[in-house]
Amino acid sequence: MAPPKADAARPLSPHIQIYRPMLSMMMSIVHRITGAALYFGTVLLVIWLVAAASGPSAFANVQAIYGSFLGQLVLFGYTWALIHHALGGVRHFIWDVGRGFDHASRELLVKAGLVGSIMLTVLIWIVGYVVAA
Amino acid sequence: MRTPLGQVRGLGAARSGTGHFWLQRLTAVSNLLLSIVFVSVLISLAGDSHAAVTATLSNPVIAILMLLFVISATVHMRIGMQVIIEDYVHAELPKLLALMANTFFAIAMGLSAVFALLKISFGV
Repeated sequence: MAPPKADAARPLSPHIQIYRPMLSMMMSIVHRITGAALYFGTVLLVIWLVAAASGPSAFANVQAIYGSFLGQLVLFGYTWALIHHALGGVRHFIWDVGRGFDHASRELLVKAGLVGSIMLTVLIWIVGYVVAA
Repeated sequence: MRTPLGQVRGLGAARSGTGHFWLQRLTAVSNLLLSIVFVSVLISLAGDSHAAVTATLSNPVIAILMLLFVISATVHMRIGMQVIIEDYVHAELPKLLALMANTFFAIAMGLSAVFALLKISFGV
């Protein structure tokens, strides 16, 4: 029997470059990306809380940056990442308990997640601006 | 050739069995509930002054819920990022360093937020 060759070309399981992009697959990828974005986004929350704990002048500086156009854009993206990741989590709960694996349910869940995340994010910001006004 | 028993021994490649799998789902449930509170609190504080923000955040119920959110979120994000690192970083030393950095970052973020919230609550 020939000894096993570690460097021999072994068959690999198909990876993402093999598959045609599908919505469920893109939503899975974006779930991971939004998770990573939220991970680094905690810096924004910590800066804001530490500024609030430091005093009025530190807080005013951070509020000015977060209130700028760029700041609001980043926070809008942060909100969308949070909602998208949360709805993706709900989808995974449904799949974890073994429901929603048929084609129609799968498509409905991913479409609801995408549309829901955008609608909820816009709604949150509308309410936020109404409250602030 | 490995028997099924051999594969189970040592609790698999991560050497931690299903502990992280379960903790990730446990904190996902708490995150879902607590992030609703978190977003609601932030909406209510939109455009508020420093005095108003600290007054709201020092309300005991809001402070406790915010603390729970921060702890739940940082635990969840630490093991989430660990999965990402284990998926993409294969060389042993960079993987080890990345996992250490991940833990340091998660604890630094969690503790900073907790400290700030407590300081706001208890006053200067």
